[in-house]
Amino acid sequence: MNAKKALTKYAMTIATVIVIIFFTFATGGKLILPQNVNNLIAQNAYVFILATGMLLCILTGGNIDLSVGSILCLVGAVGAVMMVNFKLPIFLAIIVMIIIGLIIGTLQGTYIAYIGVPPFIATLAGMFAWRGLANQILQGLTISPMPDNFANLFNSYVPDIFGGGEGFNITCFVVGVIICVVYVIYTFLSRKTKESKGYEVEALTPTLIKMVIICAVVLWFMWKLAQYKGIPVILIWVAVIVAIYTYITEKTTTGRYFYAVGGNRAATEMSGINTKKVYFIAYLNMAFLSAVAAMVTMARLNSANPTAGTNYEMDAIGSCFIGGASAYGGTGSTLGVVVGAVLMGVLNLGMSIMGVDMNWQKVVKGTVLLVAVIFDVVSKKKS
Amino acid sequence: MSKELLRMDHITKTFPGVKALDDVNFSVQEGEIHALVGENGAGKSTLMKVLSGTWPYGSYEGKVIYDGEECHFKTIKDSEKKGIAVIHQELALIPYMTIAENMFLGNEKGKSYNINWDLEYAEAAKYLKQVGLNENPRTLIKDIGTGKQQMVEIAKALSKQARLLILDEPTSSLNETESRALLDLLLEFKKQGLTSIIISHKINEISYVADTITIIRDGSSIGESLVKGRDEITDDIIIQRMVGRELTNRFPAREKKDFSNAPVALEAKHWNVYHPVYTDKKVVDDVSFKVHKGEVVGIAGLMGAGRTELMMSLFGRTYGVNISGEMYLNGEKVELKSARDAIDHKFAYVTEDRKGNGLILSKTIRENTSLANMAGISSKRGVIDIDKETAVAKEYAQKLKTKCPTVEQNVGNLSGGNQQKVLLSKWMFAEPDVLVLDEPTRGIDVGAKYEIYCIINDLVSEGKSVIMVSSELPEVLGMSDRIYVMNEGRMVGELSAEEATQENIMAKIVRTD
Repeated sequence: MNAKKALTKYAMTIATVIVIIFFTFATGGKLILPQNVNNLIAQNAYVFILATGMLLCILTGGNIDLSVGSILCLVGAVGAVMMVNFKLPIFLAIIVMIIIGLIIGTLQGTYIAYIGVPPFIATLAGMFAWRGLANQILQGLTISPMPDNFANLFNSYVPDIFGGGEGFNITCFVVGVIICVVYVIYTFLSRKTKESKGYEVEALTPTLIKMVIICAVVLWFMWKLAQYKGIPVILIWVAVIVAIYTYITEKTTTGRYFYAVGGNRAATEMSGINTKKVYFIAYLNMAFLSAVAAMVTMARLNSANPTAGTNYEMDAIGSCFIGGASAYGGTGSTLGVVVGAVLMGVLNLGMSIMGVDMNWQKVVKGTVLLVAVIFDVVSKKKS
Repeated sequence: MSKELLRMDHITKTFPGVKALDDVNFSVQEGEIHALVGENGAGKSTLMKVLSGTWPYGSYEGKVIYDGEECHFKTIKDSEKKGIAVIHQELALIPYMTIAENMFLGNEKGKSYNINWDLEYAEAAKYLKQVGLNENPRTLIKDIGTGKQQMVEIAKALSKQARLLILDEPTSSLNETESRALLDLLLEFKKQGLTSIIISHKINEISYVADTITIIRDGSSIGESLVKGRDEITDDIIIQRMVGRELTNRFPAREKKDFSNAPVALEAKHWNVYHPVYTDKKVVDDVSFKVHKGEVVGIAGLMGAGRTELMMSLFGRTYGVNISGEMYLNGEKVELKSARDAIDHKFAYVTEDRKGNGLILSKTIRENTSLANMAGISSKRGVIDIDKETAVAKEYAQKLKTKCPTVEQNVGNLSGGNQQKVLLSKWMFAEPDVLVLDEPTRGIDVGAKYEIYCIINDLVSEGKSVIMVSSELPEVLGMSDRIYVMNEGRMVGELSAEEATQENIMAKIVRTD
């Protein structure tokens, strides 16, 4: 019974592991070459960032934001024009880009939350309008290259302070070890405080099993990165953003409100919670994260172009649903979404290495999304 | 005399845990208007659902004999074919479709791939004329008033060649003129040979139209049906049969007192509320009432009396528009603008609709318990202390004897009684001084009811005030120190615990015009 529950809970994680193993064999081990492990992060950074924001929208009741790809393009266009065409300072461009994100978010949030435009339509309008505006600014052209200082903010590697030899970045692995040690100490400390306050603690065995698995994954991952160029800066960005949003959704009252509104809006309102504000924050935040993702994408592509961000919203939405967010709102977790994004990323990477035709890749991704949601719906019906 | 059109023999229908109908016998003569009378939940609607096939043959015991033959209706379609048409209390019309489209919905004229609109509108006009409704059949339903919508429903029934018309509280949302027009229409149809069953608890209406009256109480038909001209029919006889339940010792002991010298905890003066959609409809009409500290005040009335609307409008204007009147909490005049505002003023409303706007069924007991008082389990910056939250949820689960393996259980998996306790936990944790409990024991079993009553007694012994809105008279009588009676948006009576009886409360309700 308990094993069955755990199996349902970690189904997507297990599926991801199976997919990784499958592609490792199918590509003759190429998938887990250090460079490819690095690419998994670098290529999909935008998905992680957008999906954490999309989760908040979906939590409010299965609402999605279709405009993120276009916002990303518009923010990128403005930033590129400022930095490349007008040679303005990078920090000024970054501030302006964030402000544009916030303005768009305020607009969309206002008409969704306070005027009552359905999110689907409000963001569909944004999807057209912001891209049109972006292309107007870019005049249909690609602007490149980005200033080195800007690209390095997202696209470089943490240097090896231990000066490790050829092909192995000691710092990277040491960081991995430190993360594991901190994690283990934190787990035991929080168990202790719980015990001292007389609260119930989880049984020791599952905690230990979880600990061993997490440490093993972290160490393996950092080992692989160490064999390439070390810790990519983008990994730090992604980790920080995921950590912040995990904290918000799990530990704060604001985060709790997203789940409550999606679970039962009327009951939430009757409990004295401002549900309109919750919707507003969801869409404001989504546009803000789109602006962040815009910078990441510009740095990676080393350009701003009229088609940047096309279909990015779909990657984010797909990751959320594969990662176990409910299409009706109210359930889902940031870490689940990360797993969903990893699964999508591995599928992309594995199939690309195998040289699967792009069109077939889309068929596979669509099928995986459908299967994940069917699984979610069916397992909920049973419980 | 005329022949029997319908006979329902020994009908018994059980739902999990409840016997909704217990060996009911019911007989209707052809060409009469037969009134079916009883309290909310007495089983009137269930009986009609058995007749119409909403509860299919096989899901109940007993026989339905219609027009001389035994019928096994499996769906509503089956009963419609025989000419039985039901008009529900809540109108089943689609606002953005025309009168004619609504009338023939699922029954379109012409071919399924080619609707004959001309014929449909012509037919619709014919039936509208028959019910005396002077409207174009192309008018959208949303553009006509409730009274006219009711007429459209009747026209719809006629279009199905109905021989037996069942009307479930047809006048509950109509004003006096509209009600009278509808009743006259029924009398007109009677002359043409149509048989009707009317469910109602308005005695003046019943005595105006009905030829025969059957009274149902707690799932059983009470006595022989009363026939006009044969039996003596008075208000008192009907009321007695409706409420004549025995008051047994189902309530925990608490000394009832006169609180009129205690400080007033909540008072409303000349409170008016209008319907949020039909903004010209007054749902609460010049209501004044008060609750003292430590007192249990019962608000009796039937469904739709405006009690929930009154309470929700007081609770931070969460219902209604154009609200006017004065509200006082602990003697201080307040204007509560939102639910948050109300909670901050230590005023709580525990909803009657625990699944709709009370609980988040997909979330755990822990998360539901803290929802109205997140500040109580988090830091000033809004960081939740989940350990504390768990401890709070456990404390209340123990205090209220909520049966659950852990507080991590999803509320949706609990029984009704336990859900109600979680709902109470949530509002008790918000630490209010005045609690409104709207139908606190609806749909829960007797044991859980008793426990809820104990909780109410505990609350008032702590000096809190409880307003208990309930449609169950024994409960109101058993628990309250003072009782208000509400009907059709107005306060129609106030009774102390000693003077209140089921009969005089029911009399106040059914005698208001």
